[in-house]
Amino acid sequence: MLNFSENIQSKSKLISRRMFILSSIKIAVFVTIISRLFYLQISENIKWRSLSDRNRLREWKTIPQRGTIEDYFGNKIAKNTQVFQLHMIPEDVPNIEELFFRLTRIIDFNEKKKRNLLKRLKKRKPWEPIIISDNLSWEEFSRLNLLLHEIPGIKPVVALARQYMDESSSSHIIGYVSNASVKDLENSKLLREINVPGLKTGKNGLEKNLNESMIGQPGLQRFEVNAFGKRIKELKLIQGIPGKDFKTTLDQEVQKFSSKLIKDSSGSICVMDIYTGDIVTMVSSPTFDSNKFVHGISLKDWESLLKNEKKPLLNKSLSGLYPPGSTIKPIVALSALENEIVSSKFVVKCKGSIELYGQTYHCWKDKGHGYMSLRSAIKQSCDVYFYEISRRLGIDRMSITAKKFGLGKKVLENFIEEKSGIVPNTKWKLQNIGKGWVLGETLISGIGQGYFQSTPLQLCLMMAQLANGGYEIKPRIIDDKYALQPITQAWREEFYNKKNNLDLPNPVIKKLYKNEENIKFVLDALYGATNEPMGTSYRSRLTKKNYTFAGKTGTSQVKTITPEQRKLKLKNKDMVYEDRDHALFVGFAPYKNPRYAISVVIEHGGTGSSAAAPVAKKVIKKILDRHELRKKYQLDLFQGV
Amino acid sequence: MIRQKFYRGNLTFKDKIIGIDYLLLFSVLLLGIISIFAMYSSEQGKFGYYTASHLYRFCAFFLVFIAISFFNPQFWHKSSYLFYIVVLGLLLAVDQFGIAASGSKRWINLFFINLQPSELMKVALIIFLSRYYSKISIEQVTSLKKLMIPFFALLIPVFLIASQPDLGTALLVAISGLFVIWLTGFKIKYFLYSFLFFISLMPVAISLLKPYQKARILTFINPERDPLGAGYQIIQSKIAVGSGGIFGKGFLQGSQSYLDYLPEKHTDFIFTLFSEEFGFVGCVFLLFIYALIIYRIILIGSNSRNNFSKLYCYGFAAAFFSYVAVNMSMVLGLLPIVGAPLPIMSYGGSSMLSIMIGLGITMSCKIYQQDGVE
Repeated sequence: MLNFSENIQSKSKLISRRMFILSSIKIAVFVTIISRLFYLQISENIKWRSLSDRNRLREWKTIPQRGTIEDYFGNKIAKNTQVFQLHMIPEDVPNIEELFFRLTRIIDFNEKKKRNLLKRLKKRKPWEPIIISDNLSWEEFSRLNLLLHEIPGIKPVVALARQYMDESSSSHIIGYVSNASVKDLENSKLLREINVPGLKTGKNGLEKNLNESMIGQPGLQRFEVNAFGKRIKELKLIQGIPGKDFKTTLDQEVQKFSSKLIKDSSGSICVMDIYTGDIVTMVSSPTFDSNKFVHGISLKDWESLLKNEKKPLLNKSLSGLYPPGSTIKPIVALSALENEIVSSKFVVKCKGSIELYGQTYHCWKDKGHGYMSLRSAIKQSCDVYFYEISRRLGIDRMSITAKKFGLGKKVLENFIEEKSGIVPNTKWKLQNIGKGWVLGETLISGIGQGYFQSTPLQLCLMMAQLANGGYEIKPRIIDDKYALQPITQAWREEFYNKKNNLDLPNPVIKKLYKNEENIKFVLDALYGATNEPMGTSYRSRLTKKNYTFAGKTGTSQVKTITPEQRKLKLKNKDMVYEDRDHALFVGFAPYKNPRYAISVVIEHGGTGSSAAAPVAKKVIKKILDRHELRKKYQLDLFQGV
Repeated sequence: MIRQKFYRGNLTFKDKIIGIDYLLLFSVLLLGIISIFAMYSSEQGKFGYYTASHLYRFCAFFLVFIAISFFNPQFWHKSSYLFYIVVLGLLLAVDQFGIAASGSKRWINLFFINLQPSELMKVALIIFLSRYYSKISIEQVTSLKKLMIPFFALLIPVFLIASQPDLGTALLVAISGLFVIWLTGFKIKYFLYSFLFFISLMPVAISLLKPYQKARILTFINPERDPLGAGYQIIQSKIAVGSGGIFGKGFLQGSQSYLDYLPEKHTDFIFTLFSEEFGFVGCVFLLFIYALIIYRIILIGSNSRNNFSKLYCYGFAAAFFSYVAVNMSMVLGLLPIVGAPLPIMSYGGSSMLSIMIGLGITMSCKIYQQDGVE
């Protein structure tokens, strides 16, 4: 019994001894755990805390409000407007088929849109809202709101979207915005930085040129998110900075008026302030609806725009190239006078054609004009007279004058679509065509045919710089207040000396002429062309004293007329559309104290006097009617400075 | 006289109440209260399903704990083989009629409760071995003849649990059993031999591992290997613990758990949630409670006058310690992730029942600590 007890005793001792060893191990393990906790929670705390925050916080950028574009009078051309959108939160929709079925009865929703939506849905997380429709009508929106309680998972949203208010008259200048494409992102660092889903970016026109200033800075929403990325609550909201607003020099009223005038034909109208270079009107026809692009243009609309032979997407004022035709004659005349090749008294007899270097060159008037002086040659646009003085002047001297007055180079900055046109000379031909200059080419260049290519805006600038007395101006379309270019004494007195404290840059005045009398002579001849019998635009004159304008018509041939055709005396309207002549008109108004220069180009419109001049007449009247308004608005603006 | 009374094992109710180790009792109660708050936090501050059932379970099983305490350890001594066999039977039943969840068959439907017999085996094995070894002298412990029964008593349940598969529980059951065997005086060199034998079996074992188990081990070696897959749990767990800092983010403020970054935050990773919200200070406090419980269990064992109680208490203390240590080491990235709940804190009925039974028997050893072996 004792033995057994002893046995138990020693066993108990053994167990206790081993227990002691085990306890030491336990303590060691607990110490290890505490050290580990110390290491994680105290030594490395900052590291883990930042990782925790990175888990917890997610930031979303908000789309900044895009800057607006105004016309000269502060009317919005491009603005941001409320649009009614329908969003869906997929995870809240109990039955998607039922939802679609109900939607087809409430809003414009069809099978095609459904398929498109389902396709987009696959790439989304179930709690991310998806846009079902981004432009609902007010009726649809109110109907939706009425039935909202019956349709779970959808959310009507009021958002901002671009809206163009110009009835498509300024579509080419303003351009349009649309969703940023992969290519847009590749090309723009700013867009890559902003990178907000649903961001619209300018695709062309001013929307593209001014994109970086107008787009603004995105805001920031910081959310706490759970492990699945679902937003739990908003922690911080930084408002975005709206983009810069821009004011243009355009008069929206005139834009609309001009656009309507030529909406059935293909062409362009440009009107410029001859002192400030402000572009009052610049329309291109036919036009397109910028609004259609904002929410994604339909394939059908896009194809019809592309297929249209009148090329509605092309801004013809900047990118359309036309031979200037007779509208170049004032420049040729000026060049001849300036270079003292001929005097204004120089007389040529026009017999309807002239034979030079073994070729016959025709005047537009088969019977001929008879004896012509320089003034009457401009007035009646006698080709034979200009063949003669061009021959004497030579192409190189002619091209110098033409370039000086704005042809052959880009007029505006920043418009990538603008073309520079061609003012040919001997060097140009050798470089670009690789052949020597032929004298006959000088003759046809003298009447604005041949290699001559110009844009309507260049022609307008040419006219403006003649009309202001031969001073260089810098045309502009963005009205940045301090970039005004007052160049004549009259202009300065009218506007600036009234308020001497204006901090305006002293303008650099650059004369484009040698002898002031030559300019005056040309302008007087242009007066004759419009306001005297036999003048080419006599029928389109405005008789009221304050509306009197002066200008030069032009009819530029698209195709060389063959001798057979000449015999047939084909009328323009009998020819196929593409072969008909372009009708042009350049002018300025009013004749006394001129302020505006105009150029009108009607593609394949026939003769300048029958197609272009009547349009110019209407536009000039409209512009002059609005001149006082424009002047008053400018003065009021300065009073406010 | 008093001693005589104790020897007979006839204690009055009053004596039993006086005999309770209140420090142990209150430590367990405190742990239970902490666990309910942790559960409440895991449900984002809502008194939801988990919190409610955890609370009910704790109350019920705490009563089980008290009730068991009032039985004489002799009762447990006598019924230990039966208990073991019943639990082994349940384990076999799991193999046949068990409920499968997330790829493993661990539960058996007893109509009123879904029981996890593998958890009960943790205690059953300790009781079984304590009884078996309490009568064997030191000399006999190492004899091959006497080794056969414990060897199979250990191996069969471990094999059954591992094949569920539930490697974590199998490992913990094995560790608990081995602790008891070692405590009885089993020569260390045999442990070494068998350890070497197991090492030599490692390549075979690895080839038997399921792909997810292999991934866990590889992930343990390098958690960044697959941060969104196998490594996700441990990385997020470390972020939660580490971001807690000294004083924690505050009750209900743990962003990692609140925002669902923490995996299994009700069960195996409850400590992570706790340490995120209460920081280093809270963790040390929690660890202190666990240490206190273990210490009290050991103290009860050393005060016991019979070898069964002694062996049982020491064995249970070692097992309880290993549950805590394995769970914490696992969530702190010191061990690979194996399924191992934290005693009382983790959500899970069977685990808590097993712990409460174990504690109850310990408490009965305390109440009847003057009893020798009959």
